[in-house]
Amino acid sequence: MDSLIEVKHLSKSFGEHTVLKDIDFSVNKGEVICIIGSSGSGKSTLLRCVNLLEKPSGGEIFYNGENILDDRHDIYKYRTKLGMVFQQFNLFNNYNVLDNCVIGQLKVLKRTKEEAKEVALKYLKTVGMDQYINAKPRQLSGGQKQRVAIARALSMEPDVMLFDEPTSALDPEMVGEVLKVMKDLAGMGLTMLIVTHEMGFAKDVADRVVFMDQGVIAEEGKPEDIFNNPAQERTREFLSRVLEE
Amino acid sequence: MSFTRIAQTFADYWPMFLRGSWSTLYISIIGTIMGSIIGLLIGVIRTIPVPERGIKKIIVIIVNAILSAYIALFRGTPMIVQAMIIFYGSAEALHIDMNRTFAAVFIVSINTGAYMSEIVRGGIISVDKGQFEAAQAIGMNHIKTMRYIVMPQVIRNILPATGNEFVINIKDTSVLSVISVSELFYQSKSIVGNTYHYYDTFFITCIIYFIMTFTVTKVLRYAEKKLDGPDNYILLGNQMQVEKPEDHVKKAKAAR
Repeated sequence: MDSLIEVKHLSKSFGEHTVLKDIDFSVNKGEVICIIGSSGSGKSTLLRCVNLLEKPSGGEIFYNGENILDDRHDIYKYRTKLGMVFQQFNLFNNYNVLDNCVIGQLKVLKRTKEEAKEVALKYLKTVGMDQYINAKPRQLSGGQKQRVAIARALSMEPDVMLFDEPTSALDPEMVGEVLKVMKDLAGMGLTMLIVTHEMGFAKDVADRVVFMDQGVIAEEGKPEDIFNNPAQERTREFLSRVLEE
Repeated sequence: MSFTRIAQTFADYWPMFLRGSWSTLYISIIGTIMGSIIGLLIGVIRTIPVPERGIKKIIVIIVNAILSAYIALFRGTPMIVQAMIIFYGSAEALHIDMNRTFAAVFIVSINTGAYMSEIVRGGIISVDKGQFEAAQAIGMNHIKTMRYIVMPQVIRNILPATGNEFVINIKDTSVLSVISVSELFYQSKSIVGNTYHYYDTFFITCIIYFIMTFTVTKVLRYAEKKLDGPDNYILLGNQMQVEKPEDHVKKAKAAR
């Protein structure tokens, strides 16, 4: 199997507080993985460790077989291979929609202005935000911001897209538009790693569901198995709690 | 006091007032700009994450200590005393005969720099952490993150405080008369030496100072508005089909 990212014995603690314990986990090319679990179970931290926004306390992360925690490894180049979408959007406030998608291509990937604009426009079209290229982030709604954030990440043409609770900060009526875009992306064969509370989405779209609890991966498997007959008691408990709502 | 006497003083001595005003403006503009550059540089340096080990860590710590000392020293002593020490000190101890205008600009610059680095630090802290993370997530290093994402926002946010520094500088250059820089206050004193009309002369001086500070305030407010851009945006490719996004990008390309 051609695994793109392989996490081995990963642990992370903030001071005394241990958030991740001995995580083993891999992402294969073209796979859509949803990470679910209650708040504080370490899902977001795992995602942030994968692109090194948090420095792991222990363990190894391999990308295409290379150990990215090695001191000599260029983490800036590695990060361009991962597109990150945040819960709080984090669009660059000083740029308009188009420039948000252009600046990284220009300054990090060293593409030409023309090429960068074409690429940006292509992905803004994918997320349905190409009409808004002149708008500043503060002029957009939450759902629109998140779609632009997705286009910004796509514009770097990464190998994997990481989504950190992309719909948790949105008003309920805007969740749909973002999930639809993500569904389209999954249909295009993109490799995606998604931390989410949207169980319906996970069920529909994921190839594999990972359930995390108290800093460990409690269970993983096909969505049918996880949702219909979970092997573990705590998975069952969690699912009955969230599906009730 | 009478209005005619004020008018007379102005009519007789306007070239001196003009020269003094020019000198004051010149020193405070260059001083504020240099000070802001110093402040921005120090702001970037002081926010470099400290490496965990090695020689780099020691260098970062030493540089930070030096910069902190600089800020503490120049914020903690009056500019009038700094002027004395730097100008006469360099002459007596180092035998350097500094050009007075250069000395004035130098003193105002490093003094403003000390204040600005604290203002910039505040500006950097006030930028949302998510902006740094998003920049790092697309592969930018510290310098690029600062240069393209954080600093533009910091500059916008600190513009009111910078305007404040500018206004203070216009007024505070008057203390440089102690090293005989021929700025507005020094010129006014010279005029009084001729006419002995203290009130009339300094009435005019007061108005000139006010006009300068007021204008600067207004210009900076205008700059803030310009930087914020328009409140509205044009929706492209709408039902009227006026212009498609592709056309817009192409047109922008052609214009460049």
